[in-house]
Amino acid sequence: MSGNWKHIIHGFRDGFPIALGYFAVSFSLGIIAAKAGLTSGQGFLTSFFTRASAGEYGTYTLISVRAAYAEIIAMCLVVNLRYMLMSAALSQKIAPGTPWIKRILMACCITDEVFGISIAHPGYTPPSYMYAAALLSTLFWASGCAIGITAGSLLPQHVVTALSMSLYGMFVAIFIPPARRDRNVLYAVIASFVLSGICAVAPVVSQWSSGMRTVVLTIIISGVAAWLKPIKTKGDGAA
Amino acid sequence: MEQHRILIYILLAIAVTNLIRVIPMLFIKGQISNRFIRSFLYYVPYVTLAVMTFPDMILATPTPWPSLVALVIGMIAAWAHLGLLPVAAICCAIVYFLM
Repeated sequence: MSGNWKHIIHGFRDGFPIALGYFAVSFSLGIIAAKAGLTSGQGFLTSFFTRASAGEYGTYTLISVRAAYAEIIAMCLVVNLRYMLMSAALSQKIAPGTPWIKRILMACCITDEVFGISIAHPGYTPPSYMYAAALLSTLFWASGCAIGITAGSLLPQHVVTALSMSLYGMFVAIFIPPARRDRNVLYAVIASFVLSGICAVAPVVSQWSSGMRTVVLTIIISGVAAWLKPIKTKGDGAA
Repeated sequence: MEQHRILIYILLAIAVTNLIRVIPMLFIKGQISNRFIRSFLYYVPYVTLAVMTFPDMILATPTPWPSLVALVIGMIAAWAHLGLLPVAAICCAIVYFLM
């Protein structure tokens, strides 16, 4: 039991800086959610149970245009595909004999950052470590979104616009470091910028919803990149 | 009726996002061996985030240039290994002061 408490305390310790970053980002997500017509309670619930920055952003933009339900499903599938890879990688870091219910709960804890610290944990990742880090960061994440929904309308418009940049800043902070490490990721990112820019103004394609464009472009660009430049090492490539 | 529709959107998002996390954990034993699938999954997160960043980010401000500057400086900051919070804060500050 004392060993378990140690893991929980370590989880809170490592989860705290993540929680602070989450709060700032989910606040701006809340501003987008408010535009889509969500109440702060709905924003809290969505954020608490999805914990997916890009996925939520996509979901809220689709809700704001009242897209088809199938579009939400396709968007959540593709935009969160990385969690599949992380889940596969995490399965290698769980002690043999761990009950299925704990494996499922650990899988549900996956976010980019919580996965990052869990994979970096020496040896097998203790379930209680991951639960603690995920719980703390998720509470900040969900509160940030709920407060963003409420306070977003009280703040001056230029402050809201400036704060909305934090979400994009977080995206940039996630995809730039691997682009620096791996030239092929850099090419893929450049291709994404160029094609996404073209699709936003091109005839026909620009009429698609942004969710649809995201899904189609992600599949095409990742597929071409995987075909032209398959990964060499046996690493999981997700951390 | 409107609230009912929003609730369905939310429940779908929650269900799909968590199933994606749980399914590999339940079914994948050992590493995925197919090289194309591994490579595809490797590129997906970065491509998705890049596609969602551009041009959406520069369309989020009334005129594109404050957010374009924020994007460029944010990318330089991330390239220099500044973390999630500093990069996000830099982007916000630039747009706040330039707008």
